[in-house]
Amino acid sequence: MRAFTQHKGVCVPLDRPNVDTDAIIPKQFLKSIKRSGFGVNLFDAWRYLDHGEPGQDVSTRQLNPDFVLNQSRYAGASVLLARDNFGCGSSREHAPWALEDYGFRSVIAPSFADIFYNNCFKNGLLPIILDAESVDQLFSESADSEGYALEIDLGSQSVTTPSGEKFDFAIDNFRKHCLLYGLDDIGLTLQHVDAIKIFEAKHRATSPWLFS
Amino acid sequence: MAGKTLYDKLWDAHLVHESDDGSCLIYIDRQLVHEVTSPQAFEGLRLTGRKVWRTDANLATPDHNVPTTNRAAGVAGIIDPISRLQVETLDQNCADFDIPEFTMDDIRQGIVHVVSPEQGATLPGMTLVCGDSHTSTHGALGALAHGVGTSEVEHVLATQCLIQKKSKNMRVSVDGQIPFGVTAKDIVLAIIGKIGTAGGTGYAIEFAGSAIRDLSVEGRMTVCNMTIEAGARAGMVAVDDKTIEYVKGRPFSPKGDDWGNAVAAWADLHSDDDAVFDCEVTLDAADIEPQVTWGTSPEMVMPISGSVPNPECELDSVKRTGMERALEYIGLDADTPMNEIMIDKVFIGSCTNSRIEDLRAAAAVAKGRKVASSVVLAMVVPGSGLVKQQAEAEGLDKIFTDAGFEWREPGCSMCLAMNADRLEPGERCASTSNRNFEGRQGQGGRTHLVSPQMAAAAAVAGHFVDVRDFVNTIGEAS
Repeated sequence: MRAFTQHKGVCVPLDRPNVDTDAIIPKQFLKSIKRSGFGVNLFDAWRYLDHGEPGQDVSTRQLNPDFVLNQSRYAGASVLLARDNFGCGSSREHAPWALEDYGFRSVIAPSFADIFYNNCFKNGLLPIILDAESVDQLFSESADSEGYALEIDLGSQSVTTPSGEKFDFAIDNFRKHCLLYGLDDIGLTLQHVDAIKIFEAKHRATSPWLFS
Repeated sequence: MAGKTLYDKLWDAHLVHESDDGSCLIYIDRQLVHEVTSPQAFEGLRLTGRKVWRTDANLATPDHNVPTTNRAAGVAGIIDPISRLQVETLDQNCADFDIPEFTMDDIRQGIVHVVSPEQGATLPGMTLVCGDSHTSTHGALGALAHGVGTSEVEHVLATQCLIQKKSKNMRVSVDGQIPFGVTAKDIVLAIIGKIGTAGGTGYAIEFAGSAIRDLSVEGRMTVCNMTIEAGARAGMVAVDDKTIEYVKGRPFSPKGDDWGNAVAAWADLHSDDDAVFDCEVTLDAADIEPQVTWGTSPEMVMPISGSVPNPECELDSVKRTGMERALEYIGLDADTPMNEIMIDKVFIGSCTNSRIEDLRAAAAVAKGRKVASSVVLAMVVPGSGLVKQQAEAEGLDKIFTDAGFEWREPGCSMCLAMNADRLEPGERCASTSNRNFEGRQGQGGRTHLVSPQMAAAAAVAGHFVDVRDFVNTIGEAS
């Protein structure tokens, strides 16, 4: 997994609550058996005016000029600013894959849906929870100033605005550690292979019907 | 010391290791696998040369992509080549890694969350995961069950464990007599309407109270299924005699001495009387009416006797904007009475409402009546091949087809429209599924979530109606 230590990037505000994973990456693109290539279809139904299907040449498609990602001032944005309950709905990991493939390294919101939040950490994408008031402030500052970029430092758990204002965020230590070093979860778990085997033997003895 | 909740008990019984920072390794008894969220997980195993820890703990079946018509040719009959490749990839991966699979031509194939309880592959006291958010369904049997992402599918395949942090405990109690015409679906929609789509975030929810106990096990599955729509990954119901009766004699259920021992062990699968919950929510069943969603989030829900809400009455500006956006997408004016909303299509199916009791309930309303001429398509999609077989043995298929419904083959179908079953832009659907998100049932499609009875009644009337009146007075059976 790609590590995340520090990142500075243009911030794009997506001003709606309850953005679900169906909106982040619509179902027709879930038919792919690959892990990459979803970025061009990120927010597909909002980003394009025509209906998208997998395998299409997106350069021939009609962009929706009203959608925030299509506005030139946000070109190359890598930090997504969002509202409450971002990533709700389906457990599809294609959602963080699409965000990461598009070029996002971090999503900032007042709250996230559990499964989406968890999936981000498996893909080098940092979800940051800030209080609603701070998020409001970032929304208004990013609207006011073109090229508004945020500096994110995972080590010190802070987001710094262009004016130097700092917002601290909380993060689980284990997840932080894995993200900082780009660690493979499975490899880490397999360090506990003996504990798993001991548990399993005991479990089998007490609940043999779970093993038949 | 306070007693334990059901969730505490299930968690403690599966805790393999706890690190100093509180992250835990939890043992997983069962993983369900389908074609959409597993290919990259198997690919990950191949790339790292890892094996499946316990093949017999997994059970696979294709469901999301499968067509619901013309199934005679099996996988080869899937017209969309990308869908076909995904189903073929599941078959290949299951063969390569020795994972038990009910393939497309197997009578036991169906929606994972219908198939596993039906087979007895979901048991009380289990931990169960699947790369699908509606895995919460299985908690209805007193199991700890929730959706995971594809990286976690791979993690469970390789280690039989999941890295987790314990959730907080929430209890949602629904007490009192369930009124006539009100179903498990209406109860869970009312709960989501009350606590909101993020109300359960960070919690495991136990559904309790006399109204939940009065539900059948299938009804409890409908409630637990939509836990994720309230933001909680896992929902569950304590084990009682109904649970034991449901599990007994199914193909994967314990046999012989194991059965008696299992039943004895399952007797403890309830929250202790002195258990303390981090959050308690209560509803009075008597207050619940048949529900219909009006917007693009399951929390945007109204009793059938109500009207589409007016955003001008909402004080919170973010919520008001969300309501305005939802109404614009769904094509409804504020203050429209719910029972005046006309529909174009009807979908009875999905992991929420495609079990035999759901089909019986819908058929009871459809019997002797006709789908309104203004409805372009009304379809019934059984949750599994065995549900379909049972329904046909009871003559339900005939009732539906006589009324003008299409009777289809099992799969996820128009719940998420990954196969050919979908809404066209602007079409409005009465759907027994679980999500009314923008584009969920087809780009530009407009979804209203309802119970099977309400969907069948809407099909006949051509618009939403109060099924309580309908059964007695409207659209009289011929």
